[in-house]
Amino acid sequence: MSDEILDEITATDYKYGFTTDIESDTVPPGLNEDVIRLISEKKNEPQWMLDWRLDAYKTWLEMEEPEWSNVTYTKPDFQAVSYYSAPKQKKELGSLDEVDPELLRTFERLGISLDEQKLLSGVAMDVVVDSVSVATTFKKTLAEKGIIFCSMSEAIQEHPELVRKHLGTVVPKRDNFYAALNSAVFTDGSFCYIPKGVRCPMELSTYFRINEANTGQFERTLVIADEGSYVSYLEGCTAPSRDENQLHAAVVELVAMDDAEIKYSTVQNWYPGDAEGKGGVFNFVTKRGICERNAKISWTQVETGSAVTWKYPSCILKGDNSIGEFYSVAVTNKYQQADTGTKMIHLGKNTKSTIISKGISAGKSHNSYRGLVRVGARAENARNFSQCDSLLMGDQCGAHTFPYIEAQHPTAQIEHEATTSKIGEDQIFYCNQRGIGTEEAIALIVNGYCKDVLNQLPMEFAVEAQKLLEISLEGSVG
Amino acid sequence: MIKINNLQARVEDKEILKGINLEINPGEIHAIMGPNGSGKSTLSSVIAGREDYEVTGGSIDFEGEDLLDLDPEERAHKGIFLSFQYPVEIPGVSVSNFIKTAINESRKGRGEEPMEAREMLAKMREKTALLEMDKSYLSRSLNEGFSGGEKKRNEIFQMAMLEPKLAILDETDSGLDIDALRIVAGGVNKLRTADNAVVVITHYQRLLDYIKPDFVHVLYNGRIVKSGGPELAHELEEKGYDWIKAENA
Repeated sequence: MSDEILDEITATDYKYGFTTDIESDTVPPGLNEDVIRLISEKKNEPQWMLDWRLDAYKTWLEMEEPEWSNVTYTKPDFQAVSYYSAPKQKKELGSLDEVDPELLRTFERLGISLDEQKLLSGVAMDVVVDSVSVATTFKKTLAEKGIIFCSMSEAIQEHPELVRKHLGTVVPKRDNFYAALNSAVFTDGSFCYIPKGVRCPMELSTYFRINEANTGQFERTLVIADEGSYVSYLEGCTAPSRDENQLHAAVVELVAMDDAEIKYSTVQNWYPGDAEGKGGVFNFVTKRGICERNAKISWTQVETGSAVTWKYPSCILKGDNSIGEFYSVAVTNKYQQADTGTKMIHLGKNTKSTIISKGISAGKSHNSYRGLVRVGARAENARNFSQCDSLLMGDQCGAHTFPYIEAQHPTAQIEHEATTSKIGEDQIFYCNQRGIGTEEAIALIVNGYCKDVLNQLPMEFAVEAQKLLEISLEGSVG
Repeated sequence: MIKINNLQARVEDKEILKGINLEINPGEIHAIMGPNGSGKSTLSSVIAGREDYEVTGGSIDFEGEDLLDLDPEERAHKGIFLSFQYPVEIPGVSVSNFIKTAINESRKGRGEEPMEAREMLAKMREKTALLEMDKSYLSRSLNEGFSGGEKKRNEIFQMAMLEPKLAILDETDSGLDIDALRIVAGGVNKLRTADNAVVVITHYQRLLDYIKPDFVHVLYNGRIVKSGGPELAHELEEKGYDWIKAENA
């Protein structure tokens, strides 16, 4: 492929780079106990929640920012970040008419208008803009089945017993530097509880969007699938263009009780920085799920955004016969850096895990897969299959694979396959000759390469993800 | 339909085509034969617009337009099809998805609406039957794990779907057993109309027993050194290429 074409293809401006003009209620930058008290107070939290936050904060103060990942960046100044920002919405909203029209326009530009979502797709949305949920839909339908789907703030008020019981059980406060920070300062997020034996009748979906300049986003998500229940949860993200680096340190905890199944799908498209690598979101996320007996957790992610991504959605396969899956497409372009993968911790007998990771590197980016498969001493007959593929576009990017395997049981069966390939000039010319332009050809080849992962996404999300892949790699060719 | 005039091309510093002259009219079948390294595949690549080849002189006129000005995909939209000697694999992209994209991108390029799904399906069914292909072909990844014969049959299937004006078959017979050869050739013959033309590039007479050419050209050392009717192919089969080489030494 000629360098010109590559340059053009890899030089698309961020399509969602705009900000919404909404009045915000923002605390001044900086972090100390008073700020945490302020956040907790603004959210009317009970004492136990405040104590929990303060404890996390103390832990965090003693921790150091990790440096082991294969990314380089200027460490954020945690005192320069504003830890709370809420769109000023005075009263509770009963319908879309009451939502700030400016906000609605933003969603329309993103192609995710609530109207459309409500009417057409049957997707219940818990929309998070800058930390506070401003609209929640389909609640009634869900309530009939006993399903709770609400913002984390609301859950703390309305379902404190569930939150208190499970919060921090999968990702403890002191798990890592960013998780501790998140535990101290998280402002909102989503909460979901599926009762025993209930199959959630619709895909639950949350769109996150960082909207306030220099506001760190610390989302906290907790999904609890009680015995024998099933839920498919979708999370999609876009963010506006910014000069400053934006910090994002979310924590997602999944609890799959006996015979339960959770499917968690993410499409992430945060601002990756400009063509020179300036700006862009820092994404340091801790996502983990725990599986009890016969339970199954499946993570699917399509990651195209962020300047720096540090993310390892993991499964603790605690119960016998439990199953963990990780399907990932990570695209890096320009100066993006991604260090992403998974941890499959096999503790129970006959536990199974599958890892399919597809990395795509373009521009001057670096894309690393880092994965751990650990088979514990009691995990008889544990099985893992890992496939880690890298696709390179051009000769200025890098792809790296860091698989770690620790097996403590002689019956463990662990398979790892890895490939590295380039989009060939031959493939492009072949497509060209059939009438397919270079840009479409690349989209076609990339989508084919990612098929095993895209197939795991719910239909409407897969279409969106495909579009996102195209946008991430398209240029002005043709 | 196409007029090639004194075409010269090179790859890197090596001059390969040294002045090709060829005119093809609608309804005609031309065979281009010649020993290895004579420039046959280069000629097809240059017509299709492959970037690796630098055109250093001459012209190609296709229906009154200068073909050399157009990108490869634009040439495809105008109705030029190349059946590749070595078709590439595209993992994860099914034959049906690929051909659907090709057809609709071509239609878009010509300012037409995408083909209706029903029409597309009916057409795929018809053309797979024509080439005696199992329907399961359509859902397989393009050329991935295909045998040599399957790849070539798949090329002709795409040709049948795209209905080009000018089809260039580059060594389509290589890798085909006799039954597959008969099916592929039969397909090409059935696709023939008074409005389209076919160029068959081959080493051997074998394929020409099934696809009967109106004209046969011998390419040697970057030039067409001999042209004639079908009898020329038989002569080559009998005598080999040595006499051509001797004549042009």
